[in-house]
Amino acid sequence: MEQQTVSNLAGPHSPINRGYETLTEDTSNGALTLSVLVSGAHCAACIQKIESSLKRHPEVTHARLNFSTGLLAMEWLGDKTTANDLVGDVERLGYGVRPYDLGKEKESMDSEERFLLLCLGVAGFSMGNIMLVSVGLWTTSAETMGMATRDFMHWVSALIAIPTIIYSGRPFFRSAAAALKAGRTNMDVPISVGLILTGSMSLFETINHGEHAYFDSAVMLIFFLLIGRYFDFRARKKAQSSAAALLSSLSGFATVLEDGKPRHVLVKDIVEGQELRIASGDKFPVDGEIIEGISDVDVSLVTGETIPVTVEAGSSVYAGTVNLSAPLLVRVTKKATNSLLADIARLLEKATQSQAHYVRLADRAAKFYTPVVHTLALITFLIWWGIVGAEWQQSLMIAITVLIITCPCALGLAVPVVQVLATNKLMKQGILVKSGDALERLAVIDRVLMDKTGTLTAGNPNLIIAQALDYLRTAASLAAYSNHPLSKSLTRAFHEPMLPVTNVKEYPGQGMEGTIEGKTVRLGSRKWCGDQNLDGSEHLELWLNISNETLVPFYFADQLRPDTAETIRKFHRNGLNPVLLSGDRDIIVKNIAQECAIESFHAEQTPAMKLAYLDDLKKNDHKVLMVGDGLNDAPTLAAAHISIAPGTAIDIAQNAADIVFMGEKFGAVYQTFDTARFTQKLVKQNFKLAVIYNVIAIPVAALGFLTPLLAAIAMSGSSLVVILNSFRIVRKS
Amino acid sequence: MDILIYLVPIALLLGFIWLVAFIWSLKSGQYSDLDGAAQRILIDDEDEIKK
Repeated sequence: MEQQTVSNLAGPHSPINRGYETLTEDTSNGALTLSVLVSGAHCAACIQKIESSLKRHPEVTHARLNFSTGLLAMEWLGDKTTANDLVGDVERLGYGVRPYDLGKEKESMDSEERFLLLCLGVAGFSMGNIMLVSVGLWTTSAETMGMATRDFMHWVSALIAIPTIIYSGRPFFRSAAAALKAGRTNMDVPISVGLILTGSMSLFETINHGEHAYFDSAVMLIFFLLIGRYFDFRARKKAQSSAAALLSSLSGFATVLEDGKPRHVLVKDIVEGQELRIASGDKFPVDGEIIEGISDVDVSLVTGETIPVTVEAGSSVYAGTVNLSAPLLVRVTKKATNSLLADIARLLEKATQSQAHYVRLADRAAKFYTPVVHTLALITFLIWWGIVGAEWQQSLMIAITVLIITCPCALGLAVPVVQVLATNKLMKQGILVKSGDALERLAVIDRVLMDKTGTLTAGNPNLIIAQALDYLRTAASLAAYSNHPLSKSLTRAFHEPMLPVTNVKEYPGQGMEGTIEGKTVRLGSRKWCGDQNLDGSEHLELWLNISNETLVPFYFADQLRPDTAETIRKFHRNGLNPVLLSGDRDIIVKNIAQECAIESFHAEQTPAMKLAYLDDLKKNDHKVLMVGDGLNDAPTLAAAHISIAPGTAIDIAQNAADIVFMGEKFGAVYQTFDTARFTQKLVKQNFKLAVIYNVIAIPVAALGFLTPLLAAIAMSGSSLVVILNSFRIVRKS
Repeated sequence: MDILIYLVPIALLLGFIWLVAFIWSLKSGQYSDLDGAAQRILIDDEDEIKK
């Protein structure tokens, strides 16, 4: 029988990774650079520890950790293999290091953000300075200041505004051009038309010593819209980093044995038939079959089961699961790109793409808005020219002012401002909204699916039946030496001083043995501790055997989060009946469902079955909210209309979900739903406000009464009303 | 009113200097790690002094 002392199990980290030298890149000045992803850095001290430990190497010229993205950039002179020493240093400090694939996608996101900020900065500068002259233009009539002064001020405005429209208008022009090319229309089409018309008409007026120059309005419009656009982009950026994170979990290193010699290779280079050595605490990088060793494997990532599975020679293991207790030798049966994890990644990707068909509310509004406004302008022109009999230049001018005054500033702000405020508000309560339109989608759901373990329940088993204190003390003292989830929760349940334990041994897959007060004590599975009854308890259990004389069982159960039942009731009250989908056994799922009053539940669901259940609902045009936390939920999370994951969920589930909530309280799910509905209500109000404004402003413009002051007041006024209305979400309790 | 001939360009120039400073700070990556910047203020820079 294979056995191992506890001291050998202490470090969950594998030996120093080799292979980073293959990822270094040359810089133009002869140095080498390497970027890696660092996990576990949470404070200023972490930044300092990591950076100063690297700078201690004389050859390192640059080391900087980007705290927001977790990317550590290192630059040094000399040998490529130094990379491994540097990475080793960071790992010895206790941080996780993963190779980082320089994703093209990420880079383009960064440059896009910089581009938007540049446009915003230029627009901000122009708006501040154009107001300098505009205030004079608004308050003083031409007779008072004189024609020459007015023309001078118009030219100054033109000098600022025209370059700004050309420079900062590009995000709108590009998007409008792309939409038109594809035969569609979006909000950017009327915005672009409005900007170009305002600019050229104002320039025409300035050249002809006219009065109707609306440069200030155009610049104001750009500035307000870019603010909304920038916030919108930030929200989307967070959402898109998910794909990169999933890829990097497939991109580590593994130890391959070749003719008995260990060699570190990139996971993606592993091929079928190779032999891998998996240390205790390591993740299986690929699917395989065990050749040698007995150990416990944490499969919660794949099946959602909290209790480790015992494996031995011949058992199959899957990528993404974690080897807990003893080193294993594994033969690769499927390379990384074919592994179960990769399959799920592909399912995820597919699901995410199908989600892209969703048309945002703002774009739907634009589809309706554009033809209406342009028809109105055309009618205005025809009436003035044909019926009233005005000159065609004057008629055109009035038609254009109609287009300008209806510039969709309020419409363009209606959605992003509320969403950004709602997102920030939720963030303060520990709820992270990852995609820009998540709240919009959440507001319209009509079906709710929920996972059990880790979602409705806290995800860790608790001791449920108390035993005599002496037995608990003995068991907890021994359990303190183990990382097994049941041992941990046994230790957690005991709050008094422990007993000293000697000769601690761990028997992988069976239990722990040690000497306490001169007696040999075993803590482990029912069979190993000597109980002859058949394994039939509905609860998870640990048995304590003292000197082969006393046998004591401890029972554990995963318990509901404190406010689960109440939250389910709130959903019921809104006519939504949550459905429970779990990979767990029927009896356990049934108990939980009864406890929190869920009427319909399905047990023993595989990831594919969950997805099929969801697809059925989708085919019937249901909008589904999925709440889940495991790898087995990830495809369903990604495919659902909207999805929420707890902060304790695995990375992939958190990435697949649109919303992540922190903390113990399940009520966050309902709270988010409630906020989403209020957000949607405000968005609709904002649209109505924008329409009311247009109903008043359009006749004014169509009758030819519009002046630059009126235009500025009307346009900024409508934006301000929309923004103020949006702020109501902050005050809502 | 002739004073405007001087004042307006001066005002524009001041604004323009701000704009150039903003573009410089953006291009030099000062906005790429805002969370990190908030943390880094807490780090003592003893290392730098020794160098």
